[in-house]
Amino acid sequence: MAKTRGAAVHYDSVQKSYDGVSLVVKNLNLDIPPGEFLTMLGPSGSGKTTCLMMLAGFEPATHGEIYLNERPINNVPPHKRGIGMVFQNYALFPHMTVAENLAFPLQVRNVGKAEQQEKVKRALEMVELGSFGNRRPAQLSGGQQQRVAVARALVFDPELVLMDEPLGALDKQLREQMQYEIKHIHENLGVTVVYVTHDQTEALTMSDRVAVFNDGVIQQLSTPDDLYEDPQNSFVAQFIGENNKLNGKVVDIQGEECLVELDDGTKLKADKVNVSEVGDRTTLSLRPERVEFDTHDQMDNLVNGQIEELIYLGDHIRVRMNVAGNDEFIVKVRNRGEKRKLTVGETVPVGWALNDCKALDAVV
Amino acid sequence: MSNTANAEMLTTQDGKPLKAALSRALFREKMRSLMLIAPLLIFVLLTFVAPIVDMLWRSVENKIVSDTLPETVVVLQEWDPATGEAPDEAAYEALYNDLKIAVAEKTHTRLGSRLNYEKSGISSLFRKTGRRIKRMDEAGPFKEQFLEADGKWGDVEVWQVLKQLSPRFTGGYFLNAVDAEQTPEGIQMKPDEDRIYLFLFGRTLFLSIMITISCLLLGYPIAFLLASLPLRSSNLLMILVLLPFWTSLLVRTSAWKVLLQQQGVINDFLVWIGLISDANRLVMINNQTGTIIAMTHILLPFMILPLYSVMKTISPSYVRAAKSLGANDWIAFWRVYFPQSVPGIGAGAVLVFILSIGYYITPELVGGTSGIFISNRIAYHISSSLNWGLAAALGTLLLVAVLVLFVVYDKIVGIDNVKLG
Ligand SMILES: Nc1ncnc2c1ncn2[C@@H]1O[C@H](COP(=O)(O)OP(=O)(O)OP(=O)(O)O)[C@@H](O)[C@H]1O
Ligand SMILES: [Mg+2]
Repeated sequence: MAKTRGAAVHYDSVQKSYDGVSLVVKNLNLDIPPGEFLTMLGPSGSGKTTCLMMLAGFEPATHGEIYLNERPINNVPPHKRGIGMVFQNYALFPHMTVAENLAFPLQVRNVGKAEQQEKVKRALEMVELGSFGNRRPAQLSGGQQQRVAVARALVFDPELVLMDEPLGALDKQLREQMQYEIKHIHENLGVTVVYVTHDQTEALTMSDRVAVFNDGVIQQLSTPDDLYEDPQNSFVAQFIGENNKLNGKVVDIQGEECLVELDDGTKLKADKVNVSEVGDRTTLSLRPERVEFDTHDQMDNLVNGQIEELIYLGDHIRVRMNVAGNDEFIVKVRNRGEKRKLTVGETVPVGWALNDCKALDAVV
Repeated sequence: MSNTANAEMLTTQDGKPLKAALSRALFREKMRSLMLIAPLLIFVLLTFVAPIVDMLWRSVENKIVSDTLPETVVVLQEWDPATGEAPDEAAYEALYNDLKIAVAEKTHTRLGSRLNYEKSGISSLFRKTGRRIKRMDEAGPFKEQFLEADGKWGDVEVWQVLKQLSPRFTGGYFLNAVDAEQTPEGIQMKPDEDRIYLFLFGRTLFLSIMITISCLLLGYPIAFLLASLPLRSSNLLMILVLLPFWTSLLVRTSAWKVLLQQQGVINDFLVWIGLISDANRLVMINNQTGTIIAMTHILLPFMILPLYSVMKTISPSYVRAAKSLGANDWIAFWRVYFPQSVPGIGAGAVLVFILSIGYYITPELVGGTSGIFISNRIAYHISSSLNWGLAAALGTLLLVAVLVLFVVYDKIVGIDNVKLG
């Protein structure tokens, strides 16, 4: 199948209000190139579904315009948009068999009988449910229903597929398996996928780019690794992965670096990301696995901390420490069969590189 | 397990057939649920099933002749009405013996009125004979004395009725209920002018279907609206739907009288706007139109509620999914929404149909003569003519008709497809 089947989506200053009092989506500008797998990630109520529904045509935008392949679609009814959609509860028609469900979009498009059968068969094989055509949705397991829903959204060869938390109802193991399957289907078909989830692991493993939503605003739009490595603000740093917070004040700025004095007087060097001038309050963000116990003098930052708790997790050990007055400071130590044993109550030096420590906007 | 997957019959670990084990497990479950419904079951048995059984019994039971005239019944077995002659002396003697006891126990008048259903005049014959019997000579000859008391005792037909009703069970009520009668030549339909019940059954059926259809046509959009409106507005609408339940049935039916009669509100209005002339006021009450309108109004909630409760469970995402797959509004409704609402239609239609087929008050009040139902006849036989056997036979036929329709419905739609919520 062609690799370039996808459609381009463009949100142009889109706003949405349900009640005329508050904005659920605030000035959304978003460009999705053809063939991309874009995930909207964010906490509950951040407006992800709303954005998706506006694209699918089930909610009108209060302001702004959405373009599909350069064509404004605000006045195009949902059934003429040609967008495939996978719903959270699958929305498989319970009174039709699996094959009838898949044939439905082909029937309404007046596709010939033979071609219908051919496409249904192919779609079922794509999701490895070749022999399930005659079953009713109720006779399938959750994972199977989910696959049928995916197959149905793809069977009429849409250029764009929307998925709203399609894996939300599945258990963890099945969810992971389905993540890969959806990812592979996307790679093979080359469709554009807009995916909604509030599970960050899911977003990171599947997406080309992730749009992190909060409060109706995209906080950051970047590739999964950028999102993790270079969070642009404290919300993203908090939301993606685990994160140590240290609150302080900027006391010096030199190019891309800055010096931050923590509330207990400790001074740390950090990457200047989201602070502008000396005197700004800031929150330093530091990933637990970037903190080292094997310290040496050349390290950018060196502090002493007291070990409060040790949690053995097999491949790594989680150490909870009190560092600079923060007793929720987590360090992940890879389990390499260390000779040196850590003990609770012991005070040890820890260190990390400047680039691993980001000075972001302050949170209270 | 793979090792049992290919086996012809699956067994449990200890070698018992899986099916038996399963049904045993399910049986225990069933018994437990049976215990839970036991109080209701007993209540229903006593107050519902027992009266129905009693009704079925009465519709064929016919002890009265053989109980009141035991000797006569035996003698009459020998008599053949086809000869065209009244029975001989023996029968009259038996009749004398029986009647003497019956008169003493005052049961002869009851028998008279029972036999009167079959042939008019017998009631007075029995009363008259009852007064004369004491003066009759015990030594006979009885035939003469009876003929002297009333010439009707020489009438073959009277004796024929007696003989016909001698068995302890009779199909007579049922024959009557389907406008047939037992003649010496066998079972025959009654003459045209005496037939009423089959026609009434037909009309009841026809009107009930009309009422069900109009309830469905009016109720479906309302239920749809109810199910799709946001909670606050749908609550208000629901109150409006339920409002009829809060007013007395009689009040509502009388209101229809006021509205529909020829000098009523609707006719006045139509005349006033000039749609009809004063001379041509519409006849909308005391006929079938009146029955259909009033009954539709009264039974509408019974259609709306099951429809609503089924529609409420149809997630809006189905219609959205259909649209996202390319279906326009109509196809999304017809192919996706409507099939899922069929169980509600089934439940509502069955409910309305069964309620209306046995309805009685409203047709009585607004139906006139052309809009009454079979149930009005049943009520008449129970409370006015006191012919309970016929009432029971009519009721039984009604019950059978409903059951047959139910089975047909099950075959066509499937009873599993009925959902009340
Ligand atoms: N139909 C509606 N009417 C009024 N308000 C709505 C409606 N749908 C959503 N909202 C509000 O809009 C906001 C965003 O909702 P939305 O469904 O887009 O969130 P979401 O990011 O998809 O959340 P979740 O992860 O829980 O699905 C919420 O505050 C919600 O209460
Ligand atoms: Mg959502």
